[in-house]
Amino acid sequence: MIRVNDKFDVEWQEGMTVNSLLTILKFTFPMIIVSVNGRVVPKSEYGPTRVEDNDEVKVIHLIAGG
Amino acid sequence: MSTKDIQEMRQAHEVLAEFDYELGEVEKGYTNRTLYVNLSDNTIASKPVTQQMKDIFTGGKGFGLWLLWNGVTGDTKWNDPENEIVISSGPIGGTTQYPGSGKSLVVSLSPTTHSVIDSNVGGHFGPLLKFAGWDALEIQGKAERDVIVFIDGNAGKVTIEEAPEEAVDTHLIGEQMMEMFAKTDREKRDISTVSAGSGADHTLIGCLNFSWYDVRRKSVRFKQAGRGGIGTVLRDKKIKALVVKYSGRKGVANNPADRKRISKVGSKINKEIRDYDAVQNRMRNVGTPYLVSIMNDYDLLPVYNFRFGSHPEAEKIAGDVWEKRFTQDLPDGCWLGCTMSCSHAVDGYELRTGPYRGQVVIVDGPEYETTAGCGSNCGIFDPDALLEINFYCDTYGIDTISFGTLTAFVMECYEAGILNEEITGGLELSFGNAVAAIELLHQMGRGEGFGLIAGQGIRRVTQIFAQEYGGDPQFMHDIGMEAKGLEYSEYVTKESLAQQGGYGLASKGPQHDEAWLIFMDMVNNQLPTFEDKAEALHYFPMWRTWFGLCGLCKLPWNDIVPPDNAETDEPPKIPEHVQNYVELFSGVTGREVTKEDLITMSETVYNFQRVFNLKMGFGTREHDAIPYRSMGPVTVQEYESRAERYDKQLKELVRDDAEGKTTEEKMAALRAYREEQYEKLIDAVYKRRGWTPNGIPTPETLKRLHIDFPDMVELVRRHIE
Ligand code: SF4
Repeated sequence: MIRVNDKFDVEWQEGMTVNSLLTILKFTFPMIIVSVNGRVVPKSEYGPTRVEDNDEVKVIHLIAGG
Repeated sequence: MSTKDIQEMRQAHEVLAEFDYELGEVEKGYTNRTLYVNLSDNTIASKPVTQQMKDIFTGGKGFGLWLLWNGVTGDTKWNDPENEIVISSGPIGGTTQYPGSGKSLVVSLSPTTHSVIDSNVGGHFGPLLKFAGWDALEIQGKAERDVIVFIDGNAGKVTIEEAPEEAVDTHLIGEQMMEMFAKTDREKRDISTVSAGSGADHTLIGCLNFSWYDVRRKSVRFKQAGRGGIGTVLRDKKIKALVVKYSGRKGVANNPADRKRISKVGSKINKEIRDYDAVQNRMRNVGTPYLVSIMNDYDLLPVYNFRFGSHPEAEKIAGDVWEKRFTQDLPDGCWLGCTMSCSHAVDGYELRTGPYRGQVVIVDGPEYETTAGCGSNCGIFDPDALLEINFYCDTYGIDTISFGTLTAFVMECYEAGILNEEITGGLELSFGNAVAAIELLHQMGRGEGFGLIAGQGIRRVTQIFAQEYGGDPQFMHDIGMEAKGLEYSEYVTKESLAQQGGYGLASKGPQHDEAWLIFMDMVNNQLPTFEDKAEALHYFPMWRTWFGLCGLCKLPWNDIVPPDNAETDEPPKIPEHVQNYVELFSGVTGREVTKEDLITMSETVYNFQRVFNLKMGFGTREHDAIPYRSMGPVTVQEYESRAERYDKQLKELVRDDAEGKTTEEKMAALRAYREEQYEKLIDAVYKRRGWTPNGIPTPETLKRLHIDFPDMVELVRRHIE
């Protein structure tokens, strides 16, 4: 199980990456900061970066709004 | 329109009053005087701006509130002659070196909230007014017949002129004024108008349109000061248009104290926008409609009167669709020098309905709020229908946000059986019926039928539906998305307690310009405690208020961020941009400030506005109540559509096992919990803001902010004791 932002539980899957995790969560907002176990992952590495079971993931959305 | 027509229109004018004034220079962002116009007795006068006024109220909305406070009493009603419309830009307004520096702030007493309302808007009026010599325009009184007020910033003359022949609807009178007062094509750039439209004559949700001349399109364009019915006040005063003309503006017309300093931060942000907008929010290509698909993905897009937060058809009205419809490759800013250029328009749209059917027009927008409010919230997923609604709302002078939220409410009442075709005069106002929604809008424009009733706003129609058609007041109160008498803007807040407060505690009513905390709260989980939420509901409303004091647009603050923003201490505040604004304010006014000073400036005006609400008979805790639809599911269908989420919350938060309970029982348990949470949030926010448990700023708070004027302290004490 992956807990995101200490709030959302996502079932871990074999081969999970930051990209696939964001897709499951439908986190499509472009201005986000992702960290896995405290390490910030640059946007260009969302595809290759693996997420392991029980990793602590944070996806911080910068506020916006109309 | 022929020159002859325009000449005939002008010849029909009777000049009721004339006022000559000395032209003046702008000094460090201020002209140091305001223009007063009274339409009842046709007086026109200049009023000084004192140093104290600048120190306490800064400008923009601050000046507007101060002038209005002195112009009305606690008994003044929105349609009394004493009510005013005050328009002011602010000390930074008119700057062209930093993006988003041309906003105008409008303040008045609202026909729907009956208290003080403010609305911010683009277009060139505020800056041109300043270059013409005035920090603010204060209009009081009521004309007997339709008038225009013309401010000639080159001749140094202000006139009130009876204008019987001009159109009322904005797309016509905007052009008529431009043709009438520009001697050459080039001079069209030097004119800006404020107008409403025939819908503002017949409803309480009238908006103001502020114009600018689009040089590339060779057409007049408009931005709207939508909220709270100020367009209705304009028409109640029998004003067809306010017109300002000023030729000869230069890049330094705002005469900043230190031009180099503002150019430095200006160059930096302009480069940032050029380099990163394409990979961030794409404001230059799509503008605010980029939010439609995002809100849909996060279950925040209002659907069917805020019942739900997403819809499978949302993509039909999402950013990609508008990107194709908007004319691209035209830098499209609502003030000069705005590199963010998020204004967009659909060119060559042929109207399908109404009095202008067959005309080919430019439709400004639609913005996110219009798309969500008049689209998904009403179950309308047809872009052409939205363009039709957008155009007619603007030209009739009707606020698209109130129209959308109101129509969604009416549609739910229709589907719930409170209304029927007999009552609506044949309009089948069920969700998704774009034809009926458009006809409702035309009825508002014509002042007839059910449009006349609906145009009163949700709070008033709820009473009418209860008294005359037997609607259940409690149900309508739960689903009527208004607070303080103002219709909600277009975000679903059920899962964000902080944003429920952002709406409920907003001074003028539920508009998101004070705070937009949904991601911080609901998604990022950065505000876990009441104190955290209260801190955010202190900082962000104060910060965002500051834009309105200075004549600034907030979009260049947080719809673009520096690439290293993620590594800063407080990414949501965008610290580098806050520092830009410190430089900008100091550079323009010559008054050295810190980022903390900016918050104090806002806190002063914010508390002043809270006490102003008190003066008008509001401004206490009971007026910060919100409808339950904004907190949680009102109907069984709503609960069951997200049953897994709500059942989980009952178990984890309410410690109430949903097992074996009926949906109604679960809804009741969830409701009790959420309503209690909201009250606790209010307690925490009032405490953080230095207010009593009844939401009144304490005398100590007023003293700290140097607004302990005797009448204010007396008013506050009277309510506390
Ligand atoms: S960002 Fe958009 S709304 Fe704001 S000033 Fe620029 S063009 Fe106008």
